[in-house]
Amino acid sequence: MDDLIIAGEKFTSRLIMGTGGAPSLEVLDQALVASGTELTTVAMRRLDPAARGSVLDVLRRRDIKVLPNTAGCFTAGDAVLTARLAREALGTDWVKLEVISDERTLLPDPIETFDAAERLVADGFVVLPYIGDDPALARRLEQAGCAAVMPLGAPIGSGLGIRNPHNIELIVEAASVPVILDAGIGTASDAALAMELGCDAVLLATAVTRAQRPDLMATAMRGAVQAGRLARLAGRIPRRRYAEASSPMTP
Amino acid sequence: MEAYDARESGRTGLRGRLHGPSTAIHLIRIMPAKGARMEVIVGGGIVGLTIAWRLSRAGRAVTVVDPAPGTGATHAAAGMLAPVSEVTYTEEPLLRLGLASLGRWPSFAAELAADAGLDTPAVEAGRGVDLRTDGTLDVAFGADDLAALDELAAFMAKLGLPVERLTGRECRRLEPMLAPSVRGGLLAAGDAWVDPRRVAAALLTALERRGVPLVRARVTALLREGEGEGGAVRGVLLDRAPGELRADGVVLAAGAWSAELADVEVRPVKGQIIRLRSPEPLLSRCVRGTVHGAYVYLVPRGDGELVVGATQEELGFDTRVTAGGLYELLRDARELVPGVTELEVADVVAGLRPGTPDNVPYIGPSGTPGLTLATGHHRGGVLLAPLTAAILLGEEPELAALCAPSRPRAGARVEALEEMG
Repeated sequence: MDDLIIAGEKFTSRLIMGTGGAPSLEVLDQALVASGTELTTVAMRRLDPAARGSVLDVLRRRDIKVLPNTAGCFTAGDAVLTARLAREALGTDWVKLEVISDERTLLPDPIETFDAAERLVADGFVVLPYIGDDPALARRLEQAGCAAVMPLGAPIGSGLGIRNPHNIELIVEAASVPVILDAGIGTASDAALAMELGCDAVLLATAVTRAQRPDLMATAMRGAVQAGRLARLAGRIPRRRYAEASSPMTP
Repeated sequence: MEAYDARESGRTGLRGRLHGPSTAIHLIRIMPAKGARMEVIVGGGIVGLTIAWRLSRAGRAVTVVDPAPGTGATHAAAGMLAPVSEVTYTEEPLLRLGLASLGRWPSFAAELAADAGLDTPAVEAGRGVDLRTDGTLDVAFGADDLAALDELAAFMAKLGLPVERLTGRECRRLEPMLAPSVRGGLLAAGDAWVDPRRVAAALLTALERRGVPLVRARVTALLREGEGEGGAVRGVLLDRAPGELRADGVVLAAGAWSAELADVEVRPVKGQIIRLRSPEPLLSRCVRGTVHGAYVYLVPRGDGELVVGATQEELGFDTRVTAGGLYELLRDARELVPGVTELEVADVVAGLRPGTPDNVPYIGPSGTPGLTLATGHHRGGVLLAPLTAAILLGEEPELAALCAPSRPRAGARVEALEEMG
């Protein structure tokens, strides 16, 4: 399959994983391996990068690139500070920018996110912002120099799937940076749909880590992302109101 | 090197026994009779002290080493003995261990109370080690939390666990101080809880009464036979006099610090916990709940204390109590029981749970001659302490396999899936 390229870096897998919600590190480890992911996001708050035996050790052992995120930040100021601490601690310029507006919905705050994105780009970061499914904001963030945009399918952890596929298509149409569907994936068909809509990758965590069998669900997601990508490349047939015989009716 | 003197650090009853003008006296006390087997237990938390007490009762010669026994994770722990209400997907082995240990607790507490000379019934609110067997009520608020609770109930039913699904009003009939917005709950009537601080104090007293030596020093390394890391373990090196202890066997029960002494995959998992105090108990059983996805529990003590816990943070050996940690605990606790905000704050502390990759402890032979592991109990040290000692005494061969340090890593299953995919 074709590679995913973000900021000049190549990935064979188009499934980006999150690490939250797993009952144990071993279960997380199994799920990551089963998912085939090459890029995984880690919340930098409540994590000491120097501590032994943490989730970072799991990623290093599996040779998975770490994408630090700013989960838990409510202001651009918090997010910029967290990104800088992550860069210092992990030696990576990459950051998944996440500035949330309230604890109930965990929806991204567009104004704080844009503000932080501008400042982080200026500071030399490779910025991947988590945003609502807003085509206008996605375009503005791309213009501001973000390396990708990450619209949500539905709120974090909700498993509601892609609530507004039309907007995701609009974002994909306009974008010249990768579009990564982030948040809301509940099961494999959601991930496949994201790829069929033209997203370049899918980021998910809860759908796998809180499944009854995380390793099985990770395997399912891996297959779904591949299938969705192939379907997108193959090009779907037009929808028709009436049947069209697949074998010729006349010789 | 700092001179070792039990008088300096005596917070426990061993003071009298170890009291003496010179360290020589201590050396005499802790040296075993010639020919007798002597074992050193590294770590005086609830796990290490329990092992020492049970081994001593079984006629074995043991010495406990800890610079400050009972002040680590044991001091922070809420003491929930709740294997049923804490069950989660992928953790059935932990459930089996927990149920077995829960079954041991009543007799364990009674024997401990007797050995420690606590002339009170062991199972009564506020007395003995404050063991309570009134169950855990797991409550839900929002519709999402309720759906999660129903899913959990289905999982528990599949496992054959005895839980009762209650309506919101039934929950409030059991616990009138619960917020009116409670939508439903699960009652795990068999779950229990205990005061870990009382247990540790009772264990120290029981050990003192049995004449088990306690050396208040930090173990800096294991004494190895021959060169290098792989040699048989024959004792421990200490950070102060007597400098070292030679032994026929060493049991590593050093909790979150275990990985500093041996090659064992144990990491610290920080937990912040609050102790509130009320003149009248607000609750009559353990209440836990999910509030908009966040998780909190409240544990009532017989003396009016109400424990609110606990965060889970991967921050290495950091034990700072933070504003954010306390805020989240109190925010969620108030959603469950609005009355908590009226209570006095008695204590806030952060402890370090010893976490393993699969959340199951390492109990049994380490693979290195002379070294036995009893560590990595994560959130279950208090619950699993009686079982841990029983396993080391060979009483539970079947369960021992589940937590043997040599158990296979779960990687095999993934590789099988890989081939499928």
